[in-house]
Amino acid sequence: MRRNRFLTTGQSSCVHARLSAAIALGKATATLSRLLRRGGGTTMPGRVARAVEPGVVGLLSARLPLGSVVIAGTNGKTTTAHVLAHIMRVLGQQPVHNRAGANLAAGIASALVEHTDLLGRPRGDLGIFEVDEATVPRVVPAIAPRVAVFLNLFRDQLDRYGEIDYIAGLWRSAGAGLARDLVAVANADDPLVFEAVHGLPGSLVTFGIEDDHYALAALEHTAEARYCYRCGTAYTYEATYFGHMGRWRCPTCGVARQSPDLTARDLTLSGPDGSEFTIHEAGSGGAARTRTVLPGLYNVYNVLAAVAAAKALGTPLGAAAAAVASFAPAFGRAERVLVDGRDVRLLLVKNPAGFNEVLRVTLAAGPLPVILIAINDRTADGRDVSWLWDVDAEMLAGRVGRVVVTGLRAEDMAVRLQYAGLPPEAIEIEPAYDRALRRALDLATSGRLYVLPTYTAMLALRAVLQQWGTVRGFWET
Amino acid sequence: MTPTLRICHLYPDLLNLYGDRGNIIVLTNRARWRDIEVRVTEATLGTPIAAGDADLYFIGGGEDRQQRIAVEDLLREKRGPLTDAAAAGAVVLAVCGGYQLLGQFYRPAEGDELPGLGLLDLWTEHAGPGAPRLIGNLVIQPDGGEPAMIGFENHGGRTYLGPGVRPLGRVVSGFGNNGRDGWEGAVAAHVYGTYLHGPLLPKNPAFADRLIREAMWRRHPAFELAPLPDRLEERARATVLARIGGAPPG
Repeated sequence: MRRNRFLTTGQSSCVHARLSAAIALGKATATLSRLLRRGGGTTMPGRVARAVEPGVVGLLSARLPLGSVVIAGTNGKTTTAHVLAHIMRVLGQQPVHNRAGANLAAGIASALVEHTDLLGRPRGDLGIFEVDEATVPRVVPAIAPRVAVFLNLFRDQLDRYGEIDYIAGLWRSAGAGLARDLVAVANADDPLVFEAVHGLPGSLVTFGIEDDHYALAALEHTAEARYCYRCGTAYTYEATYFGHMGRWRCPTCGVARQSPDLTARDLTLSGPDGSEFTIHEAGSGGAARTRTVLPGLYNVYNVLAAVAAAKALGTPLGAAAAAVASFAPAFGRAERVLVDGRDVRLLLVKNPAGFNEVLRVTLAAGPLPVILIAINDRTADGRDVSWLWDVDAEMLAGRVGRVVVTGLRAEDMAVRLQYAGLPPEAIEIEPAYDRALRRALDLATSGRLYVLPTYTAMLALRAVLQQWGTVRGFWET
Repeated sequence: MTPTLRICHLYPDLLNLYGDRGNIIVLTNRARWRDIEVRVTEATLGTPIAAGDADLYFIGGGEDRQQRIAVEDLLREKRGPLTDAAAAGAVVLAVCGGYQLLGQFYRPAEGDELPGLGLLDLWTEHAGPGAPRLIGNLVIQPDGGEPAMIGFENHGGRTYLGPGVRPLGRVVSGFGNNGRDGWEGAVAAHVYGTYLHGPLLPKNPAFADRLIREAMWRRHPAFELAPLPDRLEERARATVLARIGGAPPG
């Protein structure tokens, strides 16, 4: 046991009483919201528990015998958390993790309350928490994680969080409150991540891709980090993989990507069916081949991050790599569902770099795919839809069978596609989710349909599928 | 001879925060659909420009750090040719941070005023520590019976107009220049600045055509633009206009 605030005798009985009340009321809220079918109770129990005992996240996470892992970054938090939880479960541990997207303080508190019994004993041994960018400074020091994973920094939800530099600053300021034995697991290919984790206490483990076969011809339009964080000179890239990920260097001040501790090499990407690659370990020279059903280069990064975190928790590379193979995606992140004999892939889109990757995956699947794009502009999606114009939608021109667009901003997406060069007859607007899904399924005569929703549009489409009896409610996943 | 439109995109790699590339995509397509040959050049740090090079200049908005990098180059290398081009009738469109840079100066919370390009008679002030950013859907009504302009705004600075410019329109919904005086944007001759993004031009096709027309007139007087169907554009406009004043997003 690393920390045992649980057992300290100096803790006042007042805190004990408040914490017990917080757990009981949180659990009652969870039961109630499930009965009322209010969104599965992923955040309300935590809100109630925190109102009663504001320190509930710190107090309950301290009771997890194997400590906690936090996962931060713009893209891939949920997938990485799920892959890591899967690896640890295969190895016999019982992870406690927050539900997809419930990554603000209330969502994390909800997960902890749910996995604690009424006597305050944890039902689980390892915490794995995805943390929202803006929550990092408040929640991460309270959790006092053993391992903190930093995936990437992309332009996302600018209207909520302001600018990328600001988020990098949040990460750095949270770092000051972290333990000296922290292991930071960071993406070496992202210069913004490099700058954000620079100077954190504890030790640093880095990961990256080394396979120029899959490098892009040029830096994408979406790339955020074109200019050196320190001196303002344009970075030069020996290779770029997606967005601003790659082998970067500043020609003026010399700051450059460090050779990563874990690298993915000898990649074989099989479109939407996943990929295969070898994970090399720099120190030991060890290597393990792994395969995953998660598609695209962006998921190679997520798998690498999860394996690196598992290693930081003491898992041997070979065991972690082997466990990855049995991971089945869920909840809109490359999730597969069968509807009326159609193979439907749900590929969440949140920002331009991720959207580009998903489009590449879809186009690699075969000729003239049918795609359903669902764009909302609620708070969780980002209220400003201007990011759609940073997506390289031009790659679809002449290569897509039909695109059905739906959601609150269906028309904005349709305009984007028109200016990307799609002919009018290739674009259909259907604002209602159920009719859009039905129409897209009817068009998908090849047997495959690709569904690309923003976050709340994904929830809405899943609700339709659930009504049709195709997927389970998200509190059951 | 095929008529040509020459567009100069300033700092596309630095000032590209809010899908600003969409404005160039829209100008390019809408001109090509009228059989105009379009040439887009990108001018970034250290790229020299000359006053006669382009018919239309575009500047977008950036993050603070990127904007600081750009402004130094803008004042040192591009101020002269850009001022000459504007005086000769070239169209200049600036959005968000670029809009602020066109003004006389920016007044920070503390310290000296930072000079702008001075192409538009306006200035921008830091709103003070803790003042909220002005964020949300923005609809304005230009004068002269033109269609309402629709977009999204997200800015911390408050802009005030001097006597040498007219506002682009009156705020119907949202904050506009400063959230107080009810005005949004600024125009002087063919120089336009606005906080509207989203990006600006995809959902404001009439305004996009006005810019193309004014840019073409310089070298092709009396050039007329054939109308376009704008079916999807009008539908997107109608959806947003119907939602403004409806339930708040969330």
